[in-house]
Amino acid sequence: MARETVIQGVVVREGEPVSTGYARLLDEGGDFTAEVPLSATGQFRFFARPGQWTVRALVPGASGERRVVARQGEPVDAQVEVTA
Amino acid sequence: MSREQVLVNAAWVEAHSNDPRVVLVEVDEDVSAYDRGHIPGAVRLDWKSELQDPVIRDFVDKGQFEQLLSTKGIANDDTVVLYGGNNNWFAAYAYWYFSLYGHGDVRLLDGGRKKWELDSRELTSEVTPRPATTYTAGEPRTDIRAFREEVIAAIGEKVLIDVRSPGEFSGLLLAPAHLPQEQSQRAGHIPTAKNIPWARTANEDGTFRSDEQLTALYTEAGVDLSAEIIAYCRIGERSAHTWFALHELLGLAGVKNYDGSWTEYGSLVGVPIEKGA
Repeated sequence: MARETVIQGVVVREGEPVSTGYARLLDEGGDFTAEVPLSATGQFRFFARPGQWTVRALVPGASGERRVVARQGEPVDAQVEVTA
Repeated sequence: MSREQVLVNAAWVEAHSNDPRVVLVEVDEDVSAYDRGHIPGAVRLDWKSELQDPVIRDFVDKGQFEQLLSTKGIANDDTVVLYGGNNNWFAAYAYWYFSLYGHGDVRLLDGGRKKWELDSRELTSEVTPRPATTYTAGEPRTDIRAFREEVIAAIGEKVLIDVRSPGEFSGLLLAPAHLPQEQSQRAGHIPTAKNIPWARTANEDGTFRSDEQLTALYTEAGVDLSAEIIAYCRIGERSAHTWFALHELLGLAGVKNYDGSWTEYGSLVGVPIEKGA
């Protein structure tokens, strides 16, 4: 069993956190792995095994994504910028 | 059964917003989502506290289901439109449940809560009361629900579809990546099961893929769509979503959901388990 690590962060639009929307975690092959609604301050948090991931953000009228590398014992903090 | 009879879109919901015979029902894993905002007029169903027996691991029984729907103000001849978060996982689970107890007209809102929110449609925190009814449920159907003995006997005989993520299927994870890793005693999958994650049946906005895309997905994965099929996941809600795609959208009669799923199978003593992709 691979021990999970944490991928977390915030979704921003023009520098401001977005409070309505979703963050999707896609694996190396682009396959969907998980999805969470954003918090009121635009934050998301996933438990994932170490490896290469893409965080994709969907918000009303905009989307964006960011590739991240998660390493064991090193939580990833990522900011995902969305654009129309 | 056709797609139009089982799946509605936002325009349909808005056109029926004043129809007293249409009941919107929100079903979420995060039961607080409803309080923060729901589609106007919708009632809430709590998949855990209201749809599960509080003591043993099973559904509420026929009498409990009748009492629940009566209290919620849902009548036998109402059109029930289910929607929820997590790409309609729990709404699809409730759909399967309503089908199991023989509700006449039940549908899913395509895309669920996510698409509704992404389209910036109206949500309200106001609760619309519905007068109580006297709901009568049918005997639970056995043609759409698989139990563990049937699943063990199906290894190498019927088509088993594991709809969890590749990480769960291969045994690297016990639960989806946004949930704490808990539950079953062992990791892996049922031997001979094909891993066709539920997410491949849905678009990014949570709507279902077209019938042509769904047919291609399963046939390209080597599934004989004329065979008997059992879908499973971790606790039966994602596999209810796949059951909906196969049984309701593609109209395949021989499809069952194994709601015991991996949390049951992965804790059974002595059953075979495979690991790896």
